[in-house]
Amino acid sequence: MSRGSTSPLKASFMRRFIARNAPAYAFLTPWLLGFFLLALGPILASLYLSFTRYDMVNAPKWVGLANYEYMFTRDRRFWKALNVTFTYVALAVPARLIMALGVAMLLDKGLRTIGLYRAIFYLPSLLGASIAIAILWRQLFAADGVVNAVLGYFGIQGAAWITNPDTSLYTLVVLAMWQFGSPMLIFLAGLRGIPKDLYEAAEIDGTPKWRQFTRITLPLLAPVIFFNLVLQTIEAFKTFSSAFIISNGTGAPADSLLFYTVYLFNEAFKFFRMGYASALAWVLLIIIAIFTAISFLTSKYWVHYENERD
Amino acid sequence: MAGLTLRNVGKRYGALSIIQGLNLDIHDGEFLVLVGPSGCGKSTLLRMIAGLEDISEGTVAIGNKIVNDLPASKRELSMVFQSYALYPHMSVAKNLAFGLQNFKMPKAEVDRRVAEAARILQIEKLMDRKPRQLSGGQKQRVAIGRAIVREPKLFLFDEPLSNLDAELRVQMRAELASLYTRLGTTMIYVTHDQVEAMTMASRIVVLRGGKIEQVGTPQELYEKPQNLFVAGFIGSPKINMLKAKVSDNQAVVDGLPAFALPTLGTTDQELTLCVRPGSVRIGSGKVTAEGTVKLVEYLGNETLMHVTLSSGQVLLVSDNGKVGYRTGDPVTIGFDPFDLHYFNAAGQRIEPIENEGIIQ
Repeated sequence: MSRGSTSPLKASFMRRFIARNAPAYAFLTPWLLGFFLLALGPILASLYLSFTRYDMVNAPKWVGLANYEYMFTRDRRFWKALNVTFTYVALAVPARLIMALGVAMLLDKGLRTIGLYRAIFYLPSLLGASIAIAILWRQLFAADGVVNAVLGYFGIQGAAWITNPDTSLYTLVVLAMWQFGSPMLIFLAGLRGIPKDLYEAAEIDGTPKWRQFTRITLPLLAPVIFFNLVLQTIEAFKTFSSAFIISNGTGAPADSLLFYTVYLFNEAFKFFRMGYASALAWVLLIIIAIFTAISFLTSKYWVHYENERD
Repeated sequence: MAGLTLRNVGKRYGALSIIQGLNLDIHDGEFLVLVGPSGCGKSTLLRMIAGLEDISEGTVAIGNKIVNDLPASKRELSMVFQSYALYPHMSVAKNLAFGLQNFKMPKAEVDRRVAEAARILQIEKLMDRKPRQLSGGQKQRVAIGRAIVREPKLFLFDEPLSNLDAELRVQMRAELASLYTRLGTTMIYVTHDQVEAMTMASRIVVLRGGKIEQVGTPQELYEKPQNLFVAGFIGSPKINMLKAKVSDNQAVVDGLPAFALPTLGTTDQELTLCVRPGSVRIGSGKVTAEGTVKLVEYLGNETLMHVTLSSGQVLLVSDNGKVGYRTGDPVTIGFDPFDLHYFNAAGQRIEPIENEGIIQ
């Protein structure tokens, strides 16, 4: 047949396609706009900017790899920021996960008002990201703060926790530990998924509680631990608001709270070195990607999935 | 090995009473089956013996030792769970060895026992597999193996075969029975399946609503059920129950001609007469009645016929004849009053005082 018959067919197909899918696209539009304009666009723009010098007033000037070269060879604050961030991640992630698992195991014992407890225990996580809690935290650990007052009752001479560069980072680790809510809920769901009769069988076989924990609970919880580990590691690398508030936005004292993101923020919005800040952002992205990849690559040696294919 | 003594055992959850005043002696080396419908408390009772549930009232003694306050691990027993409860992340070999390692047993002894259990259960080739790589029957063997390696004084089984398909269940039933013969250890076995109970048990305990209905050998339960519940529960196909009015030592049953009763030690006017389908015959008998074939189930070695009497009641007739009855055919059924079980108005068994007057 001639072209005359195919083009109405094509047209009708298009009409049908639009008629069928238009509502879906209509509903997707806000998200698509947000994604392209507010996420993907800026991400790609920042990749470009990382190869430029850009002060937000004059047009970006292409400098090639100069930003990266400076970062790795001459910028001592960059290395300091990495040091602070890595130390924080190494301490805060295990601390939070252990805390979360501990609380989840307590709640898993089946309290009568468990719903209420779950909500209460989750509260710090809701509040934790807020500026108010960071400010509160600064007050708590100040030289004349509550923590020292309590220690004083026991005759312990408290320190100026936040203004002392040797201890300031640990106050943030404690804050991270306190925000155990979301991994705790995930652990709780994971614990609920372990069949009770495994513990009963172990009990009858005389398995001590600790061995039940290490040989049954931990291995069967491994997928959940892995999930929480990856998520919390990413989260910890990105820690910003608490560090920013407690260090007064500078990373003080003595750069002991110079988190990577705080440094990045200052470079971008205080010194308006947008090109350099973009380069910092991309390096952080790559660091996080590497850590996530390592987690996934090692997971096959310690994560057991129940429904795994053979 | 050990016997068990249960005295006035009760279990309650708050106001809800699951088991009341239960007394039971379990002999050393017997295969005792707890059977009953769902919710009769049989699993709860087993778990109380195991130490997985508290004992609300009374005492449980293993051997001569009261174990109420003894933790499960100290009761020297093994349990096989309905779900098998295998550790999913451990190989078969590790599953078998896990319980032994708790007792700091020398490795050579652990290996010996694991190998022995694997040989008995023929799972030697599966030792490196994970539970998810096993079929239901293989998982069941591993679960039993895990119980065997402990060399316990007492085995507990909680509906171990109910997750298997019919063919495998029959096979595992026979294997469990031969395992029992071989080990000779006391076993307590919970099931809702009366066929399992009948085929494996030394003695059966029929439970209902947390109380013992009857304890006895399979034969005793089948031949002399103490009450209507046991009569109806034990035996497949199910026993026929006929409501009878008694006057002048004559039984009047709807759909049947009146017939003479043996001398019964009761003054009850209303009795229930039970007759097993195998004791009802086609075509002849001391008492006969006309009926219509409602359904024919051909099972090969027997044919089960559902016959509707003129009263509307359906009798099950197990017939080994090759008579080709079909649905809708008129049929004469008959039985001998000697084969009847008699139950009084309260549903309790009454024995004929003597069988004279009944021609045998």
